[in-house]
Amino acid sequence: MTDTFNNGPADTPSDCRVAYTPGGPAEVVIHSRVQALYGASIVATVQETLRQLSIVDGKLEMWDGGALPFVIQARVEAAVKAAYPGISAMALPPVRPGMSARVEAARRRRTRLYLPGDQPKLMLNAGLHRPDGIILDLEDSVAPAEKAAARLIVRNALRVLDFRGAERMVRINKGDLGVADIAAVVPHPVHTLLLPKVENAAEVASVDALVRKTAAAAGREAPVYLIPIVESAAGVINAAGIAAASPRVVALAIGLEDYSADIGARRTLSGRESLYAQSAVINAAKAAGKQALASVFSDVRDDAGLQATAEDARALGFDGMGCIHPRQIAVIHTAFAPTEAEIAYARLLVRAYEEAVAAGRGVVALGSKMIDPPVVQRALRTLRWIGERDELDREGEADGEAL
Amino acid sequence: MAKRYDDTMGHLLEMTVNAAGRAVPRQVNGVPQQPYRGLRSDRPAGRKAAPPVRSCSEFPADGDKVLPSLTEALDRAGLRDGMTISSHHHFRNGDLLMNQVFAAAAALGVKGLRWFPSAAFPCHRPVIRQMEAGVVRYVEGSLNGPLGDYASRGKMRGTAVLRSHGGRWLAIQDGEVHVDIAIIAAPSADRFGNATGDRGPSACGSLGFALADSLYADRVIVATDNLVPFPCVPWQIQGQNVDSVVHLDAIGDPAQIVSGTTQMTRSPDRLLIARLAADFVAAAGILRDGFSFQAGAGGTSLAFTIYLTEMMRRRGVKARFIRGGSTRYLVDALEEGLTDYILDGQTFDLAGVRSLRENSNHIATSPFTSYNWHGKGNFASLVDVAVLGATEVDLNFNANVVTHSDGRLLHGIGGWQDALFGGCTILAVPSFRNRIPIIVDRVTTLTGPGELIDVVVTERGIAINPRRQDLLDATRGSGLPIRPLAAIKAELDDLLGGPPARPPHSNRLIGVVKWVDGTLLDSIWEIDGS
Repeated sequence: MTDTFNNGPADTPSDCRVAYTPGGPAEVVIHSRVQALYGASIVATVQETLRQLSIVDGKLEMWDGGALPFVIQARVEAAVKAAYPGISAMALPPVRPGMSARVEAARRRRTRLYLPGDQPKLMLNAGLHRPDGIILDLEDSVAPAEKAAARLIVRNALRVLDFRGAERMVRINKGDLGVADIAAVVPHPVHTLLLPKVENAAEVASVDALVRKTAAAAGREAPVYLIPIVESAAGVINAAGIAAASPRVVALAIGLEDYSADIGARRTLSGRESLYAQSAVINAAKAAGKQALASVFSDVRDDAGLQATAEDARALGFDGMGCIHPRQIAVIHTAFAPTEAEIAYARLLVRAYEEAVAAGRGVVALGSKMIDPPVVQRALRTLRWIGERDELDREGEADGEAL
Repeated sequence: MAKRYDDTMGHLLEMTVNAAGRAVPRQVNGVPQQPYRGLRSDRPAGRKAAPPVRSCSEFPADGDKVLPSLTEALDRAGLRDGMTISSHHHFRNGDLLMNQVFAAAAALGVKGLRWFPSAAFPCHRPVIRQMEAGVVRYVEGSLNGPLGDYASRGKMRGTAVLRSHGGRWLAIQDGEVHVDIAIIAAPSADRFGNATGDRGPSACGSLGFALADSLYADRVIVATDNLVPFPCVPWQIQGQNVDSVVHLDAIGDPAQIVSGTTQMTRSPDRLLIARLAADFVAAAGILRDGFSFQAGAGGTSLAFTIYLTEMMRRRGVKARFIRGGSTRYLVDALEEGLTDYILDGQTFDLAGVRSLRENSNHIATSPFTSYNWHGKGNFASLVDVAVLGATEVDLNFNANVVTHSDGRLLHGIGGWQDALFGGCTILAVPSFRNRIPIIVDRVTTLTGPGELIDVVVTERGIAINPRRQDLLDATRGSGLPIRPLAAIKAELDDLLGGPPARPPHSNRLIGVVKWVDGTLLDSIWEIDGS
């Protein structure tokens, strides 16, 4: 009796289930909901994938619910590698032309949309909803048995999907799984890794070293940024060290679900049980010159609650928050948009700054008040966000080559 | 050698190519047909059909037309082999009447009936058994769900003829379809046959689909679960046209007829499409005081209505009328003063039924007032903007609503073709569903000519028909993602791994699509796997 190696869900739109039984003559059997339209194309994709992996034996059976080629490739590769763990070849779809390998370290991160790494259907149009970042999650939203296939789906998605300018993020796992995640995604068009449950600076440093090694081996020049997520009491205590642990760190995020459990708190709508932690993370991030990112709001249908939470987050000093559904994006963007008064004040500051530069003065003043450089930078960023300044505020941008 | 085409009865078919470039048969079910000759080219002549002359002396002087059972009513109506029985879909998937009617016909030993519904639903699956038993020969009307599959696999012993709501009225009026017995499900009726849909335990709203049949059928049977003392008002169906009344325990499942709450879709892509459609209507200058719109109750259309009425509220814009498919969102708009009237073709939820019953500005309409080709004008062409769906759209803006991309029958036409005559027709559709592209090189089944489709709104952008230079001009600089349809298609083909294969269709005709003027627009073929 030969073992069969499966992965993928049966009868799921935009996905497929693959079963590979090694040994015996090569055979490919396809059952597809889109047989009439793409039956021949699916067979060609499967055969090409097997060829790339040098597989010449065994029966591969697929139940397809309309998976796109990059998903079929990933699921076939995952099934074959489960049977033959020694295979190092990869069946990589070509990288879509025109995708930016590089984003600015200090770019806007008002919204980051979490998508489970093993649910390709949710990824296909995610960019159309215009979040600032899209997170392909390999951690909590993926069951342990699905991790290996999800890693390949995420890798392929990074290569082929157009996220319409959103920052391309992956939340990796902690520990050994995370090591494999880094190896799988860093050589591909990812901008930023989110590191879950970070408790101290040393963890960030070890990820930094691994990313450096992997990027160098892959000949990658574009920077890979890191966003550590603080989700525990210890993490909050060490937040300052975590934020400063690597020049790759562009922001510090907080995860309130795990944090509240860790301290034994009961979550309230006002979030007063985590006010200390939120402020500590914001303070640590800002002290290190990084952004601070709030947790997610988990009731997808409660727009009013989301709006209140987002406004609170912004008032506390956060620069953005997480989303678990695209419909949350517009609400959060509105909450984080600068107010008319802030825009008017930013215009005044920037005009004073430009006059000072033009006059060769080193000091910016508004009336009798002296203005510090970080305040000017923030005003410039405000105007850039609303489209009034094209010139990028380069200060604070990490040096890409060094990362 | 020329291909041989036949139908499910084994008749060889002579085919011709119509003005839309589609092959259509010269005859359907033995009836000669005209090919589509282009928009508005049909000029009918002659006189309309008419029902037989009757006398009130044939009916009880006390006005009591109640008979004890459906079987007796059908028998007294002279039910015979091969007759045409009509019914209507105001109970939608909650209809419990027609399965009882065909069971009664079977008990009477009748064979070979033609069923002429305004629409069939999955609840009519038992009709398949009646077709297999020979009681029903075939269905001439919209087919979806199990009946659509049955027809697509070539098992129905007759060719499906798909007509729009207006086209169905036209076929009755010009005599192409002669209804022998019309069965009208009535949520309330009196013993004389007056009937209304706006009250009673099975209240469903307007009975407009049944009006033509009540006027033109040889015999009319009203079936109700709520017999009230004379008079039953408002009498949308008038007892003067009714032969008999049957009081039944159940004619519809209220839970399936209307829903207590019509839910807004949660699909982010559909919400995005609806938002873009509403923004387009505003940017094109259509959203102004006194305007009118039509949108259905499907997920995207409903969301469009919600976004548009939000915009009207914010900008203080008031509509003169809204055409439904009424839902609580239209009712809210009416009660808030955002529109003067709802012109209601079909009532989708309890709030709609209540409003139709209580609000004199919520008006029940019928396919005659709204859509009829033989009318001296109709309301559809007075609507400023209509938002509709489609299963496929091609680069010339031709659209399909009746078949899936693999050729399987999926939907009836409903009022879709009729509604294309509005001032601005918008198809609000995803660019693909589950690796099935909606934007294609050539639609599988032509249901609506591209000349009448002005805008296609997808999640990947908005395409304006180049024939509508006015809309292109009006929306230039609006910031909306307006792109050529070909650009959206190219992006799609790239994402989906190339354009889909187009396997050749079989040579066995299972259905035809009529244009609103009664000519043949396209043919539907048996699919493999039969």
